[in-house]
Amino acid sequence: MALDISIGQYFEGSSVIHKADPRVKLISVILYITVIFLAKNMFSFALLILSAIALIIISRIPIKIITKGMKPLILILVFTAILNIFWLQGDTLVFEFGIIHIYLEGIMTAIFMIIRITILLIGTSVILTYTTTPIALTDGLEQLLEPLKKTKLPVHEFSMMMTIALRFIPTLIEETDKIMNAQKARGADIGSGGIMQRAKALIPILIPLFISAFRRADELSTAMECRCYRGGEGRTRMSKLKLRAGDVVFAGTFIVLGALIIIINIYAPGFNLAY
Amino acid sequence: MSAIIKTEHLCYSYHTEENKKVQAVNDVSIEIEEGQFVAILGHNGSGKSTFAKLLNMILTPESGKIFIDGKELTSPDITEDDIYDIRRQIGMVFQNPDNQIVATIVEEDVAFGPENLGIPSDEIRKRVDNALETVGMKKYARHAPHKLSGGQKQRVAIAGIIAMMPRCIIFDESTAMLDPLGRREVMDTIERLNRKDGKTVLHITHYMGEATRADRVIVMRHGSVYMDGTPKEIFTRVDELWEAGLEVPQTTEFMHGLNELGLSLPLDIFETEPCAEKSAEAILKWISDHK
Repeated sequence: MALDISIGQYFEGSSVIHKADPRVKLISVILYITVIFLAKNMFSFALLILSAIALIIISRIPIKIITKGMKPLILILVFTAILNIFWLQGDTLVFEFGIIHIYLEGIMTAIFMIIRITILLIGTSVILTYTTTPIALTDGLEQLLEPLKKTKLPVHEFSMMMTIALRFIPTLIEETDKIMNAQKARGADIGSGGIMQRAKALIPILIPLFISAFRRADELSTAMECRCYRGGEGRTRMSKLKLRAGDVVFAGTFIVLGALIIIINIYAPGFNLAY
Repeated sequence: MSAIIKTEHLCYSYHTEENKKVQAVNDVSIEIEEGQFVAILGHNGSGKSTFAKLLNMILTPESGKIFIDGKELTSPDITEDDIYDIRRQIGMVFQNPDNQIVATIVEEDVAFGPENLGIPSDEIRKRVDNALETVGMKKYARHAPHKLSGGQKQRVAIAGIIAMMPRCIIFDESTAMLDPLGRREVMDTIERLNRKDGKTVLHITHYMGEATRADRVIVMRHGSVYMDGTPKEIFTRVDELWEAGLEVPQTTEFMHGLNELGLSLPLDIFETEPCAEKSAEAILKWISDHK
């Protein structure tokens, strides 16, 4: 088993997007998603496609990785397209056969929906998952949600849990590997048989894994207490996130993009999407 | 010099699953001077780890008193803030390095302690850099802990404690899970912390070789102090140590064996080479005497 486990989908790099403040990236993603749903006609969709291409180029993430990430989506895309083409009714009939009526509006909507979903995925993965380490993401989330602490929401505890979970993923994978080998050495048959049989074979792996995880948790909590951990209150951070001018520009770009798309929606001719 | 840690008639017991009472620590009264390097030895279940956990209030004693730097920890009017201050002063490093590291980046982990103490950001930065420098892990500051070796991980854990600037560090079998190389790295770090930075060190171990490097050795048995003295005093009492189910340093064992054959060698040499020279000399003399 490979021990070099990459957590999440983070792709190492040093582009502008990689360096941007995680809080700004989180906000930018929300903005971008809004913009994607604002687009209503051909020209605004063209602008969206351009923006997605620009994002990929700026992030310097190989196109291969992005297409690989798209694969699980194909089924959903095909399904949405079929649904739109066959069910949507409009004014311009393109094809008629028995009870099947296909309208131009249906085809266009299908195309727009595919573009929308694809860009949604590219946008979120390029701005967030591919370019932000999980730890930066939890940090950003904690600081972004800081105002919610006043409402007694356990923001710090949640981010601490996330950090520890991320920290222990490789450790526990290594441990699972060890236990599996130990059980195999005792004659356990793990990889064969039907589903039920394989599920049963997992029990002698999961039980030791759970016991050891509980023991680890116990030791970790003692170690944390020894290092004076007493929750989020009165805690400082070594690396404070600082907003730079570039971050403001980064988020600003998405606002400008949104404004452009609204203008295009209103003034530009072309096919207009009903929703 | 004043005593940084002092205990008076300290007792602690717990119940096993079968509801049997185990007296883990039984009437322990000791004083540890500031700047001392103390090794605590003992068989499994001798109460040495429990004793260590009492000193920074991870466990609460059943009876008896603990004084840290003259302040009574066990007095009823001790506040939670006092306890956290004691934990800052008495740092603790455990056996399994994996279960002490909190963060996914080495320097973030070292910063964990100072962050909890509410120290300003730039001061934390300085402390983290210094701590990593002290344990020789500066190069690995941005690495992921799970990719380091056992000895390296343990040094990161030590740096995490140093960054809180404690006066005393307790090592609770911190070398037990390491390979010989990792053990040497960690022992050298511990020794440097004591000799160079003047930190008081309590090193719990069952490696006799490590205990010989201390200023003072305390042997525990059935929860009580069984022997207390300098390594030379302790390890020459070979039979008593064997009685307690402990080993003696290999050099001592070797020379003790020769003495039983009729030689008279000193038992307090713990380095291999002087031991070999002394033994060779004595054996040659024995041969020439018996010709």
